[in-house]
Amino acid sequence: MIDLLATHYNYLVFVALVAIGLYGVTASPNLVKKVIGLNIFQVGIFLFFVTSGYVDGAAPPVVHGDAVGTYASPLPHVLILTAIVVGVSLTAVALALIVRIYGAYGTLDEEAIREVQTE
Amino acid sequence: MTDAIALLVVVPIVLALVPIALGRLWDGAGWVAAALAALAHLGLSVTVAAKVFSTGRFTYAVGDYTPPFGIELVTDGISATLVVLVSVVTVAVVLYARRTGPDSNSFYSELLLLTAGISGVFVTGDVFNLYVFIEITGLATYALVATGRSPAAALASLKYLLVGTIGASLYLLGVGYLYIATGTLNMADLSTQLQAVGYDSPLVLTGFALLVVGLAVKSALYPLHTWQPGAYAESPDSVTAYISALVSTAAAYALFRLVYAVFTPAFDAAVPFALDALVLLASVSVVVGSVLAVLQSDLKRMLAYSSVAQFGLVIAGFSVANATAVTGGLVHLVGHAVMKAGLFVGVGVLAGVAGGRTVDDLAGVADRAPVVSAAFAILAFALVGVPPAVGFAGKWHIVLGAVEGGRWGVAAVAVVSTLLTLAYFARVVERMYFQDAPAATTDTVSGPDATATADTDSALTPDGGESGSESTDDAKTTGGSGITIEARTVVVAAAVGAVVLGLFASDLIAVFEPVLEVYFQ
Repeated sequence: MIDLLATHYNYLVFVALVAIGLYGVTASPNLVKKVIGLNIFQVGIFLFFVTSGYVDGAAPPVVHGDAVGTYASPLPHVLILTAIVVGVSLTAVALALIVRIYGAYGTLDEEAIREVQTE
Repeated sequence: MTDAIALLVVVPIVLALVPIALGRLWDGAGWVAAALAALAHLGLSVTVAAKVFSTGRFTYAVGDYTPPFGIELVTDGISATLVVLVSVVTVAVVLYARRTGPDSNSFYSELLLLTAGISGVFVTGDVFNLYVFIEITGLATYALVATGRSPAAALASLKYLLVGTIGASLYLLGVGYLYIATGTLNMADLSTQLQAVGYDSPLVLTGFALLVVGLAVKSALYPLHTWQPGAYAESPDSVTAYISALVSTAAAYALFRLVYAVFTPAFDAAVPFALDALVLLASVSVVVGSVLAVLQSDLKRMLAYSSVAQFGLVIAGFSVANATAVTGGLVHLVGHAVMKAGLFVGVGVLAGVAGGRTVDDLAGVADRAPVVSAAFAILAFALVGVPPAVGFAGKWHIVLGAVEGGRWGVAAVAVVSTLLTLAYFARVVERMYFQDAPAATTDTVSGPDATATADTDSALTPDGGESGSESTDDAKTTGGSGITIEARTVVVAAAVGAVVLGLFASDLIAVFEPVLEVYFQ
């Protein structure tokens, strides 16, 4: 167990981030905090990809002259660059929607909005 | 010629910039750009389909990087059919939106972005590329739902965004697991590599579970459907028609591709409980979705829950894992898109005439809008599964396949869903045809069985062209009911389309067959 903690702590951080993010999305009544939770959730998944591409002692895949030694595959990192862009656009759309919701209801609290709606 | 696949995505995405670029100079830029893009997309998809039908499956390597290293676009009979479906629905919705709105240039940009995303989902052969297209589809859909001016629309959109993003992220995580297990992202390559890794590897199983749950969120299976009724009910009518026809369809198609092109039926043979779980999820979705639809009074919400049930049925067909049931699922997927788009446009029109969109508001609306009402009734009974419409063809093959595969539960659920579908549509059609417009003292409703059969008769008679043209004359004489010609054309075209697709269902199945034969050899 201790061994696992010492060698695979990066995966434990990934699990923790995903869990914290999901908890934030579901438990917080504040809409902005939900979006923050969503971001943490996504960052956890990004970390999973990035850390899975790490090779101990490997060089970045830039080859000068003869290729010697091991190189890390850049693909997982490139994928995550794309996913980060997607995540940023989603955050932008979410915040734009929140601005509109705040303008209409004057609150960001989910419970309060529900009360206003049922009245 | 093979470039046409890539252009299916490129053309709408480039033309999506036009409404933003020219919108300040010219108010009509949005509609013109959308109409041009829709027609160009139709031309391209027909080109692709023609090539697929003459020479079979073909692929395109993006940027000339050879797969499996580069991204590959693939079309075969199934994706070509669905791409044509995207074009047809886009043309119809752009036509419908011309006068119904939402009349803003950004709406058309978002619509074209959505067209590009959905086309991408249908043609891609790479699991990560699929994630990107799913997210493009999602982003455009969130924006489109929020084009409804009410704050409730923004709230529904945000809810959809939160749930949808979690779904897509779970899909991404599943892709990560498969990538770690195999080191490839190309679907064709994955299918051979996964076999080498072993289907019972925990990485592969977890990856499968994450992919399925992610896509089940996107295709709105119960209990992951919570975003869907609000999003459908609060968005403008043209948006609801478009997203109900295509967005969940794209997710269900992606699920089909993953299960059969990536995991292949050999996975089902090795790990039967994976698809058993999916059958259970889908079956529950059918029953609960139908029951919730019966309980709704708002028509758009009723149709939304009906989609939860119909997608349950489609995915139940996919997870039975024999060629007949999968064919049924695919036919129902195409048919549902046509029928549901037509029904949502129909509800929009009828609600405009009746002045409200609850079931009771539609009382006697058939006298005021005879053509649209007839088309709505035909579509409703098509979705119930009355032959010869396409709903019957799909459900019939799903039931047949379920019996073949010994999945009696799915067969029973499909039959029960038909009865429940009849239950929620019969009361609408009954109000439309057998109640007088002022909702005051109307004659008491006779037994449910009697009305149901009467409705079936009345809806079945005008199933061809001849009685349709006769009722068009009626409408002209009635006139002035505030129904745009575009809206009427779209609803009638959807009704005719549902019946024609049903009549030619065997041809549709012949198109799907060669693709499925490869999977189930």
